[in-house]
Amino acid sequence: MAKDALDLPRHVVIGGSAGSLEIILRLVACLPARPNAIVTVVVHRKNDKDSILVDLLSSRTTLPVREVEDKEPIRVNTIYLAPPDYHLLVERADMFALDRSEKIHYSRPSIDVTFESVAETFGARAIGILLSGANADGAFGMACIKKAGGYTLVQDPASAEVGFMPRQAIERSPIDRILHAEEIVRFLPELLTK
Amino acid sequence: MIQDEDLDLLLNELNHRYGYDFSNYARASLKRRVNRLLSLDKFVSFAELLFKVKNEPHYLAHVVEQLTVNVTEMFRDPTLFKTLREQVLPILATHPLIRIWHAGCSTGEEVYSLAILLEEANLLHKSLLYATDLNPTVIENVKKGLFPIGAVKQYTENYIQAGGKKDFSSYYLAQYEWAKFHERLSTNMIVATHNLVSDRSFNEFQLILCRNVLIYFDKNLQDKALTLFDNSLETLGFLVLGSKENLRFSTIAPSYAQLENKEKIWRKMR
Repeated sequence: MAKDALDLPRHVVIGGSAGSLEIILRLVACLPARPNAIVTVVVHRKNDKDSILVDLLSSRTTLPVREVEDKEPIRVNTIYLAPPDYHLLVERADMFALDRSEKIHYSRPSIDVTFESVAETFGARAIGILLSGANADGAFGMACIKKAGGYTLVQDPASAEVGFMPRQAIERSPIDRILHAEEIVRFLPELLTK
Repeated sequence: MIQDEDLDLLLNELNHRYGYDFSNYARASLKRRVNRLLSLDKFVSFAELLFKVKNEPHYLAHVVEQLTVNVTEMFRDPTLFKTLREQVLPILATHPLIRIWHAGCSTGEEVYSLAILLEEANLLHKSLLYATDLNPTVIENVKKGLFPIGAVKQYTENYIQAGGKKDFSSYYLAQYEWAKFHERLSTNMIVATHNLVSDRSFNEFQLILCRNVLIYFDKNLQDKALTLFDNSLETLGFLVLGSKENLRFSTIAPSYAQLENKEKIWRKMR
């Protein structure tokens, strides 16, 4: 874990795959105008050049939404989106880095890669949220966040469109909260004020 | 994940013992590569890896190959290749001899992609394609033109999206696990090792492609490599980067103009 991690802003990392888009949009919409946090979204998606995901997210929030480019500065009160076909890493607390190496769990971006990297740098300031999906990606990343002293929140598999991904995370490591979609949307703004 | 101190020990060995300087590579990615190597080669501890690096020089090539990322595709980002086909090659066509440099070419998939574009534009016969990488092992494949057959379906789709009109299978022969690309494509390829960290400019080019290599460098090394490209590019030549790489904040940016369609292609204006 990083030294002085407690001086850092909170870093919320949201991971999802099949069936997660709707709740991601709702999560983005529920954020306060100034959450005093960094929000990073990693979703499995097709490598379409003209991705509409940035526009979709932007339409739900007044916070700036950025699809990360190489060595993008990390700023508080900004929503970052992992670009298609790259793994998203934290190079330093104030800078992202990209990586085009092998897929992990058939996925690039991989949720595990970003979550592990955020856990390493942001430690106890990391908040991991894992949503619906049909893939085992994310379970390892959630364990990393927990081990680093961060907070973990998983969508209740029973309420998720596809329960496999959250279930994998629950089986792998202790989870702080397991909540329905509606509850996550209510709980996250509350968590950020603490 | 390995500790920073361990990474420094390894990088020191590679630099002082063998002359491979990874000290200005981006750390987050490099640490993942070392972790991957530890698990691939089933090391019980980091100390064991370090011992092997120190004492078994023949292991070095493997380490360098695994620390660098050698994932590549043919016609990756097809719209970029479409733009090269439609907007860049017609300009290059006016030169009596076209010199192209693929820096960090890995196993050569993109070199063959460009060779196909050049052939279809009837320019391949007067083109020289320099393909370089710091890994001596990966570039051995470039002249062979052997790519795993399993990826060819995707390459065919990419080729069509890049504006390809021919039957893609006319470019290769399927041999068991491999697609062997036609030798006429590699006739004008010149393959060599070149390390962007330590080696200098070696020619002047009209087109330089270096895609998804700079993402592994820190800002200082990026600027150094970009200056090397700048010194190796003719005025009005083209520089092509990866889809999430940008010239914007680099020291050479003032001399370059990006193509209007926002593909990662810049033209050297002065």
